[in-house]
Amino acid sequence: MHELPQTLVNGLTLGALYGLIAIGYTMVYGIVQLINFAHGEIFMIGGFGALTIYIWLPSGTALSLALPLMLIGGVVASVGIATAAERFAYRPLRGGPRLAPLITAIGLSIALQQAIWAFYPDAKKPRSFPQFEGKSFEILSDLHIQRGDAFLLIAAPMCMLALGLFVSKSRSGRAMQATAQDPDTAKLMGINTDRIIVMAFAIGGAFAAVAAVSHGLKYGQINFEMGFIAGLKAFTAAVLGGIGNIYGAMLGGVVLGIAEALAIKYIQDIPGMDQLGGGAWKDVWAFALLILVLLVRPQGLLGERVADRA
Amino acid sequence: MRRVPARKGFLVRHRSLLIMTTAITAGALTLTACGSRDGKDSGDKDSKTTVVIGVDAPLTGSLSALGQGIKNSVDLATKIANKNNEVPGVTFKVKSFDDQAVPSSGKQNATSMVDDDEILGMVGPLNSGVAQSMQGVFNKGELAQVSPANTNPALSQGDNWASGKKERPFKTYFRTATTDIIQGRFAAQYYYNDAKKRKVFVVDDKQAYGNGLAKIFAAEFKRLGGKVVGTDHLTIKETDFSGIASKVKSTKADSVYFGGQYPEGGLLSDQVKQAGADVPVMGGDGIYDPAFIKASGTSNDGDLATSVGYPVEQLDSAKTFMKNYQAQGYKDPFAAYGGYSYDAAWSIIQAVKQVVQDNDGELPDDSRAKVTEALGKVSFDGVTGKVSFDQYGDTTNKQLTVYEVKKGAWKSVKSATFKD
Repeated sequence: MHELPQTLVNGLTLGALYGLIAIGYTMVYGIVQLINFAHGEIFMIGGFGALTIYIWLPSGTALSLALPLMLIGGVVASVGIATAAERFAYRPLRGGPRLAPLITAIGLSIALQQAIWAFYPDAKKPRSFPQFEGKSFEILSDLHIQRGDAFLLIAAPMCMLALGLFVSKSRSGRAMQATAQDPDTAKLMGINTDRIIVMAFAIGGAFAAVAAVSHGLKYGQINFEMGFIAGLKAFTAAVLGGIGNIYGAMLGGVVLGIAEALAIKYIQDIPGMDQLGGGAWKDVWAFALLILVLLVRPQGLLGERVADRA
Repeated sequence: MRRVPARKGFLVRHRSLLIMTTAITAGALTLTACGSRDGKDSGDKDSKTTVVIGVDAPLTGSLSALGQGIKNSVDLATKIANKNNEVPGVTFKVKSFDDQAVPSSGKQNATSMVDDDEILGMVGPLNSGVAQSMQGVFNKGELAQVSPANTNPALSQGDNWASGKKERPFKTYFRTATTDIIQGRFAAQYYYNDAKKRKVFVVDDKQAYGNGLAKIFAAEFKRLGGKVVGTDHLTIKETDFSGIASKVKSTKADSVYFGGQYPEGGLLSDQVKQAGADVPVMGGDGIYDPAFIKASGTSNDGDLATSVGYPVEQLDSAKTFMKNYQAQGYKDPFAAYGGYSYDAAWSIIQAVKQVVQDNDGELPDDSRAKVTEALGKVSFDGVTGKVSFDQYGDTTNKQLTVYEVKKGAWKSVKSATFKD
């Protein structure tokens, strides 16, 4: 079992990445009941925003110095696109039939992906992303943590903590909760719900940008297609954790990541299951877990049963 | 409780929805169309007959480095043919199609090519999986297809090739690349005999090319006496293979063989090394690309790849090709398949030449069938050596080379003709 710690750490980092992206799905869903399928692309654009800053900086700039600026660049790009999408693609459809914004989201996703493909220099193939120099940290003889992973493992909890405080303590955060519970009443109480909705999109975008920078540092490359699978997994994580709940999104991500890592490693050691293990089947097991959880808790791990507002 | 939308503004809302949807759809369509329209040559206006050679390759997406090399090399072949007046009375043109390495796009492109009467032959595709979807369409349209890069044996020898019952499924299919039967076994022989590896971990990407190659490699490696200590599969377009990497480490394998393409191969190699397993990763021609090395910042020194033919840079026959390619000033390098693409295009040009000669200097009505027939008999000295096809449409050239990453670049370490 001496590989277990490494497997868990691999799963945890992957899960933290899913979780950061899942925040965007869950915040937007919690407030406007919209599955923003373009969120994967907002994640991708965050990566390209950060890369742009890195390219602008004089070559040879230490990554540790460049990183804060890259994060800002990524966040600006993601938040900009997310809020623009809200203003021009989703707001005009608010109150319309439920399917209209959903289809718009899918269309927007394709449009954003193709826009990067067409207009970002050299983005037709994967662009390499700066990585930390040096070997991975050796915690135990059987446990290595890569430098990119270390960044992710620090950034994700910090972001979650900040978001948790913001939502529960700040005035805007409480307004956000009120809007999520009942937008009409919140409006009557003098809350500018339009502003709250923009804020939800912006926070989701910022988290996606942090995720994208972590993704780049971890794998050393970003490409215009990376939002699709990442977005799909993050959406799954959000549902698993209970869509609408921010802690649920992170928990769902971590559970999904660890489930995938364990499935790759251990399923095939179960007698008679050697054909059903390994990387080829990890998604099957991850989704089997999702179905199981939803059978027992249809609202997701941390979701609350809310009266059906549809 | 359903919130009833206010009646006022109803029309406006729907109109804006319509405009939005139209705009997004139109935008997406325009952008998609951009990819398939480049590579058009300016046409000439004299009375010469125009013969178009179709090209199908991934011109965008993560495999575009290889696809652009294929397109440019075919373009170069037609330019040279036109300049030398290779076929009197015929001007060659290129029409390229982007398949994005997706089989369904390839099939659509194949249909478009069959519908275009000027196309008498096509070069491509890159991926064996895409080729599978195109073969039937071309066979029905009697349009000759010469792939510079497909290596899956079933494409030319039928699904039962492994049991010895070889049967050519499509008479229109030819290739200038050697099959995986030869490539996979060559790789196994190198790992076992030259690199003295005994415990290999085999990974593939579940695609027609990668899975087939990995199986052939594993069978030959076992036959030689080596041990396959583990097998796993990854999913294309994913980026996290740390689970597989940690398995490589725990099985104490002394080497990894990867059947697949460079985007995943590069990441896999990095993650294997980051997991603390200091072993080389070897793959087929799918990872033999500079992009494999720079998939990330981590160095891939010691990783290996086999590729068909001798290194283009070392062949005398290739010097002219390289010089001409540079003279054209193409934006992308000719990459792994440039020489094979040039030869594939040239074999079509030679077939057209034969057909025109046999028909008193004009193209016959059933040119496509005649070109296919003539292709089976072509024989010339090409960029990559002698070019001719056997009874299955496979190249008769069985030369292979092992390349190794040294100081961030591919260097050839062993070239040989495959022996059983």
